[in-house]
Amino acid sequence: MRALPVGDRALLIEVDSGQEAEALHAELLHRRATGELTVEELVPAARTVLLDGLDAPSRLAERLASWEVPPVPPRTEDVVEIPVRYDGPDLGDVAAHWGVDEAEVARIHAAAQFRVAFCGFAPGFGYLTGLPREVPRRATPRTAVPAGSVALAGPYTGVYPRSSPGGWQLIGTTDLVLWDPARVPAALLTPGTRVRFTPVAAP
Amino acid sequence: MSDRALAVVRAGALTTVQDRGRPGHAHLGVPRSGALDAPAAALVNRLVGNAPEAAVLETTVNGCSVRPRATVTVAVGGAPCPVTVDGRPAAWGAPVRVPGGALLDIGAARAGVRSYLAVSGGVTVEPVLGSRSTDLLSGLGPPPLTDGTVLPLGRPTGPHACVDAVPHPAPPSELVLRVTLGPRHDWFTDSALTTLAARPYAVSSASNRIGLRTEGPALDRARPGELPSEGMVLGAVQVPPDGRPVVFLADHPTTGGYPVIAVVDPADLPAAAQATPGTPVRFIAVRHRR
Repeated sequence: MRALPVGDRALLIEVDSGQEAEALHAELLHRRATGELTVEELVPAARTVLLDGLDAPSRLAERLASWEVPPVPPRTEDVVEIPVRYDGPDLGDVAAHWGVDEAEVARIHAAAQFRVAFCGFAPGFGYLTGLPREVPRRATPRTAVPAGSVALAGPYTGVYPRSSPGGWQLIGTTDLVLWDPARVPAALLTPGTRVRFTPVAAP
Repeated sequence: MSDRALAVVRAGALTTVQDRGRPGHAHLGVPRSGALDAPAAALVNRLVGNAPEAAVLETTVNGCSVRPRATVTVAVGGAPCPVTVDGRPAAWGAPVRVPGGALLDIGAARAGVRSYLAVSGGVTVEPVLGSRSTDLLSGLGPPPLTDGTVLPLGRPTGPHACVDAVPHPAPPSELVLRVTLGPRHDWFTDSALTTLAARPYAVSSASNRIGLRTEGPALDRARPGELPSEGMVLGAVQVPPDGRPVVFLADHPTTGGYPVIAVVDPADLPAAAQATPGTPVRFIAVRHRR
């Protein structure tokens, strides 16, 4: 675990794996809930957790060295189920990359258990880990990816909460609303949320 | 007539509603947003007797014109500019009474980029995640104003301030940005670190509410590739593949994969918001203080 100073009020804590980042994030949330830690933003990412809005980052960095960070226990809470029509325009390219047919891509994706590793790119966009295979981004990004597109890139799965440019491989579509600022909570997917994709037939 | 609303007659190049932003949601991918020149926005709110969290208008370069439907007190600050009410000159940087139906014009900035208009009672568009700010990166909050937009106003909460003149920093002829190195300065060559601190940069015309872009010598990388995405802070100096540093402002993305060579002291960011394209930029490396 390395604590890197970020300006005068933040720390970027770097660990070796996504699992360690998840465990550290859970521990930081716990310590914030108990009042031991005061911080404005806790932003988990692929291999790091950013703590922004700290009064004394260097003191916290010293204390961190002695922390025992337990592994995250398996969660028993509800899993968010996202119904998907596996009808994306890149299904064939992903199938070719994996050396399987298109139906098998859908089967592999729907069989995996996902977790929101972190959010970013757009409000409500979660980077989901759990797919047993990887796939490269598209060589040329699309200027407009429709809202609800279920997509793959690198080790991640994501769902575009609104129409935006994007370079991920599109394998399906969901009608679920991932992000609605008028709803509480606004984001269906927050860091740590468990997710499954359930196949539905095209209308 | 007690119709508390503001009709936009001339929206200008880019006029947005801004308050203190929506911090605390970065883990959901939501930028903090909020007025770029926060001290200027706070000052005009104080001048008209508003609470500090009241929403104001932020103009860009060429101001805007509005017509209040009821009599209001307004104050214009930030970038210095001409102010008129029904064509007659009015004070900049002081409370001004605007009768219902009169035309308030905020002219082009004489210096700086962004002027701020506070109206007694504040702009009361529906808040999103606790803020009325327009976020140009993710589209949260009200869209940028267009001609004909009608904005609701709140009830005045207090008397306007009694002042003869308010102190205001002149927009910078040179933008000095104090930076602390890191978290990813080890991704750059030693000569890049020297270049950042010693060579002149200039504000690029591609700058916006997301970032202050610069023109100048490219910063060479000691290692290639991208980082796995990591959290980004306000004032982060991110270096994209073209090597020209970008200083993250209020609408910055919450995560990113280009290395951050240094972080600007937040106290220097209001000046960055007022630096016109071509303004010389000097980065000064300072030590971490906490």
